[in-house]
Amino acid sequence: MAASTAVTANYVLKPPPYALDALEPHMSKQTLEFHWGKHHRAYVDNLKKQVLGTELEGKPLDHIINKTYNNGDLLPAFNNAAQAWNHEFFWESMKPNGGGKPSGELLALLERDFTSYEKFYEEFNAAAATQFGAGWAWLAYANDKLKVVKTPNAVNPLVLGSFPLLTIDVWEHAYYLDFQNRRPDYIKTFMNNLVSWEAVSARLEAAKAASSSSA
Amino acid sequence: MTTIVFIIVLVIFAANLHDAGATTMDPCLESMKTASLPDLPYAYDALEPAISEEIMRLHHQKHHQTYVTQYNKALNSLRSAMADGDHSAVVKLQSLIKFNGGGHVNHAIFWKILAPVHEGGGKPPHDPLSSAIDAHFGSLEGLIQKMNAEGASVQGSGWVWLGLDRELKRLVVETTANQDPLVTKGTHLVPLIGIDVWEHAYYPQYKNARAEYLKNIWSVINWKYAADVFEKHSRDLDTN
Repeated sequence: MAASTAVTANYVLKPPPYALDALEPHMSKQTLEFHWGKHHRAYVDNLKKQVLGTELEGKPLDHIINKTYNNGDLLPAFNNAAQAWNHEFFWESMKPNGGGKPSGELLALLERDFTSYEKFYEEFNAAAATQFGAGWAWLAYANDKLKVVKTPNAVNPLVLGSFPLLTIDVWEHAYYLDFQNRRPDYIKTFMNNLVSWEAVSARLEAAKAASSSSA
Repeated sequence: MTTIVFIIVLVIFAANLHDAGATTMDPCLESMKTASLPDLPYAYDALEPAISEEIMRLHHQKHHQTYVTQYNKALNSLRSAMADGDHSAVVKLQSLIKFNGGGHVNHAIFWKILAPVHEGGGKPPHDPLSSAIDAHFGSLEGLIQKMNAEGASVQGSGWVWLGLDRELKRLVVETTANQDPLVTKGTHLVPLIGIDVWEHAYYPQYKNARAEYLKNIWSVINWKYAADVFEKHSRDLDTN
């Protein structure tokens, strides 16, 4: 079972690691205020209510996610649990003055598994653009390989047996205030201006360590 | 010089022959009608304050238009795949057709299900639908409450519907995911009312407050459309 690495989120609404206006002009303060302040907050609050008095109460978030994923036959708490996790992971996937091409080992691995950064960019872009309705696109790590994955609604790579490294939220609430229907422009802005490759590298290290320790 | 011209003419002639050969396939496919964006039956600001002009413009001119464009593109690819006998490609195209075609079908109904207040929006339905609603849901308010609850609980994107089950002869409240039309929940289901609960349907105005959007939209629901469709099908049912 893949471990959730950087995100512990014991049902706490953790603020992003930057001020709500710090991602301007690429992601507006208004978006952060609603997306983090309302949507993410609601997932956390509703999760707490939902697990109260049940056997899930007090369990780590990734445990709840796997249990309620229930092999695809989703149990009621899955949506709130997974979305609470996904959003914390999303804020930490971004940073002010982020984006662009990574360097060092990460770039080498992207070039190894996608033949070039540009090919990775294309694939990630396509996954994010073609996820019908609500969902997420991911860079994930499994079996010593990097891959791009897209998931619907609240599903994430944890339940699919791989380590998430990077995500972009493509629910409409993630981009509607800033981009309206123009999801491709939002994805481009995310890739060019927001991605925190430092976070991705740290997660990759943790994933490799977790993989080798369970080997 | 004349040889080259002759060769070019021959090539063009040969190309036309090829096309002529193509028209010997089923004329149904040749004359396949593409979808087009229907006009809105009212002005973009006519549903205010329930639904803002900004939303109506984006929803109709961008979202619905994109479904139409992508649906036509998929149909075109389908036509080629069928002509080539590429059955793998035909099957692969189904999800694009379902998503974009469903988006077109659903939104074409949606614009008719809405009406400005001065054109009857919000006015309760006439009989026989009115009595049927009371019989199935206790009251119109009961139906509205149920639809709002179901609509609010759709995870992600989708629709909430009031439908007529022509086989079981009863009204149902159903939800569908993404752009799945109501008929994906039952081939005998006819949509009477459909409410878009994708975030694009309400976000600029209501942000995360979907429940507020659902509460307000009833003031512009065109019950006349629903009642007319219901009556037509009731007559058909009675004559069976």
